[in-house]
Amino acid sequence: MSIDESTAAKVASLARIRVDEADLPALAADFNRILGFIEQLGEVDIEGVEPMVSVTPMRLKRREDVVTDGGMQDKILANAPDAREGFFAVPKVVE
Amino acid sequence: MLDLTYETPKPKIIAGAKHDWELVIGMEVHAQVSSNAKLFSGASTTFGAEPNSNVAFVDAAMPGMLPVINEFCVAQAVKTGLGLKAAINLRSAFDRKNYFYPDQPAGYQISQLYHPIVGEGEVIVDMGPGIARCVRIERIHLEQDAGKSIHDMDPALSFVDLNRSGVALMEIVSRPDIRGPEEAAAYILKLRQILRYLGTCDGDMQNGNLRADVNVSVCRPGDYERYRETGDFSHLGTRCEIKNMNSTRFIQQAIDVEARRQIAILEAGGQVDQETRGFDPDKGETRSQRSKEEAHDYRYFPDPDLLPLEIEQAWVDDIASTMPELPDAKKARFMGDFGLSDYDASVLTAEVEAAAYFEAVAAHADGKLAANWVINELFGRLKRDEKDIADSPMSPEQLAGVIALISKGDISGKIAKDLFEIVYVEGGDPAKIVEERGMKQVTDTGAIEAAVDEVIAANPAQVEKAKANPKLAGWFVGQVMKTTGGKANPKAVNEIVAAKLGL
Repeated sequence: MSIDESTAAKVASLARIRVDEADLPALAADFNRILGFIEQLGEVDIEGVEPMVSVTPMRLKRREDVVTDGGMQDKILANAPDAREGFFAVPKVVE
Repeated sequence: MLDLTYETPKPKIIAGAKHDWELVIGMEVHAQVSSNAKLFSGASTTFGAEPNSNVAFVDAAMPGMLPVINEFCVAQAVKTGLGLKAAINLRSAFDRKNYFYPDQPAGYQISQLYHPIVGEGEVIVDMGPGIARCVRIERIHLEQDAGKSIHDMDPALSFVDLNRSGVALMEIVSRPDIRGPEEAAAYILKLRQILRYLGTCDGDMQNGNLRADVNVSVCRPGDYERYRETGDFSHLGTRCEIKNMNSTRFIQQAIDVEARRQIAILEAGGQVDQETRGFDPDKGETRSQRSKEEAHDYRYFPDPDLLPLEIEQAWVDDIASTMPELPDAKKARFMGDFGLSDYDASVLTAEVEAAAYFEAVAAHADGKLAANWVINELFGRLKRDEKDIADSPMSPEQLAGVIALISKGDISGKIAKDLFEIVYVEGGDPAKIVEERGMKQVTDTGAIEAAVDEVIAANPAQVEKAKANPKLAGWFVGQVMKTTGGKANPKAVNEIVAAKLGL
């Protein structure tokens, strides 16, 4: 798998990270080095091996259906650049 | 065994300029899980709270916060799966669906793309007496709802409320088995009915607790059958997805205009592009939302914050043992046990509360009479008061009491309606009211004979006419009913009038 400049630009755009045109070749090269490193894993024989999803032998922790949280509008909004009447206020987004 | 056999309805045909077309529709229904707390946090799901007050730090995606799954939401999804006769996957897993939107603070939605909790099932959609469409369910997965953006509070700003962020949704995905706008509406209503019976979603479409994305394509007659035989989607047309519909009326309109749009393109020699479209009910058209779609490369990957969801068969069996009787079975039983028509049984089983009310009445009264009185009198009366069956001032026992008095012959049908109104408005024991207010039907022939004699004596001219034309006897019956205040037994009056007039 090889990442060209336009793919690098698309990944950046999907991640909402601004990348100058001039930086795209270096970014694409970085991606390719990372992928190349990871592709070494392709050499391992995984025939019949279940994918490992966790290194801890744990069961997914569950909670009961009880309201234990919330009721802190002020704290939720505390870091918002702009908040009005209990809402986050953001630049207009209309489809 | 209950009789649940049915015939398959004909697909809707739209006549194009050149030839006939058929519709093929699949739906993705988002149903909000009924629960106290959210899917991954302990914040409340209550509707209508102050903005951003039902929000835990994890719902606002504060750094370092971790999701912990609400086991009851999982149980609700399993229950829903069982209700749709679906396979339950003892091992499922959560994935991140990545996209940016202001009401999606984490930048991703936790969903289940690769390993959903519920697999294949089915919904039987009634389309008339003995006619139904079996719609196959592909899967149900659990996911988080997003927050809500309000665009009309400020000219330059959108306002965001995260109260809904993180509330559990079940996405119920159907196969493309729905064959017309009416079937699509009936499908979502049937789903709603089942979810409400199960208590896993309140089905409130107006508040968006049940909403649908509708996939529409068109094909030539015969193509759909070829798809069903081979499983090969290439026999079907290219589909478009109409997003976020929460009204059965709009769903039908949108399907119809979208199908006609596609037919016009195809008949002009063009191609339908697979895309997401929005329905504008004011203009009666669907519009491309492609700009949005380009940004929607979701880059799903397994959520590293959550281990796979492993549940035990014994736990599923426990849930199965709590399953209520579902609409299809209840309707068939009402038809079998009480001799009700398909229509009456459908009406009475539409809502589980109404069905329970009817059964409580029918426990003490004739089933068919009970059905008539519940459907025609009680539902009508409640509607006038804009009340739900749960708020009925008349208990099932009281209504059964009224019906029992009719069955015994103590009151006539007409008096029964008066009695119904009295009990509905004032309350009380129907038998006692009839006794106290002298509403009992007069079956004593002596008293009726006296009344008939009186009317005959007072109207000699009418007597002559009636002798010439026996049809006029009805006039005498009416007069007698009037003088007895409607309490005389109509059958007895008829017989006595005829005898006295020598007819």
